[in-house]
Amino acid sequence: MDEIENKETVASTHKIGIYLWIWGLLFVLSFFSYMVDWFQFQGLLRWTLILIFMFLKAGLIMAFFMHLFWERYALVNVLLWPMTAIACFIGLMAAEAKYTVFTRLLYFFIGG
Amino acid sequence: MSDNSLNNLPGGFKGMSQDMGSDQTAFKGVQWGKVMMWIFLLSDTFIFSCFLISYMKGRTSTVVDWPNTSEVFSLHVNGVAVPLLLIAIMTFVLITSSGTMALAVKYGYEKNRKMCGWLILATAIGGLTFVGMQAFEWSKLIHEGVRPWENPFGAKQFGSFFFMITGFHGTHVSIGVIFLFIYSRKVFRGDFDKGKRGFFTSMKSDYVAIEILGLYWHFVDLVWVFIFAFFYLW
Repeated sequence: MDEIENKETVASTHKIGIYLWIWGLLFVLSFFSYMVDWFQFQGLLRWTLILIFMFLKAGLIMAFFMHLFWERYALVNVLLWPMTAIACFIGLMAAEAKYTVFTRLLYFFIGG
Repeated sequence: MSDNSLNNLPGGFKGMSQDMGSDQTAFKGVQWGKVMMWIFLLSDTFIFSCFLISYMKGRTSTVVDWPNTSEVFSLHVNGVAVPLLLIAIMTFVLITSSGTMALAVKYGYEKNRKMCGWLILATAIGGLTFVGMQAFEWSKLIHEGVRPWENPFGAKQFGSFFFMITGFHGTHVSIGVIFLFIYSRKVFRGDFDKGKRGFFTSMKSDYVAIEILGLYWHFVDLVWVFIFAFFYLW
């Protein structure tokens, strides 16, 4: 609504409030992720919190600071779909790492 | 770029298939330099992902204990070890500089030359502070005996991953700082208001260049978000 009105004049000018809001949110989220280490949360809780704060921060930066929220889908999809290849690669290498550590434990300590 | 015809095009996935199949430019209303920066950032994403994935693999497959990062990266304040203090300050400095950059892009499009120039300068100083603190962190760890091939805290792979990943990120920040200083001078000089031709490409200067520079700078901040989560907090 506001965005569409602005787009008619200059494409990428948005109200200053939105930038300050995102800026503030990024500060708060960074503070929270620092607190995860401060309180020494461990295990699944630590991982969940770290990943939630990380993805929220990354999403806010890309959507608003990098203007992806206002771009047309042609550009957004070209940029975001290749990330699925990275996700597959992470999955493959996580499995590979588990196998490597298994063989190392087997041959170094138990003896093949 | 002001383009009223964009508002008449359909949005969403329907708009996407029309844009792609229009036998014309696919990215409508996006200046070509901006598309090129995005493609570059995409390729850079793959490089940083490869670094972080190899770090994940190296760390999970070693049978030696990984160094405790909250102890390794702690700072002593009045004799008390504060975990990850410097890293937290670096994170806040980088986010601050990202915020000033976002505002610089906004004021650039509004043709507010002075505001835009000062904000880019503030961004550059933020980036410089970040690089300075990283240099301090590196020299502290090198002093404590961390090397790419060994370290006194645990698994030997720690050093090589640390120097490679933070070094590659720091290089990006340093290059960004150089460009920020150049562009703040160009803004203050009024190149973008007069449409002065650049010495390298001989093309007319336009404030969209500030947005392209901003994309690069936000990307550097984005990568730090992932490094902070995976390297320092894990």
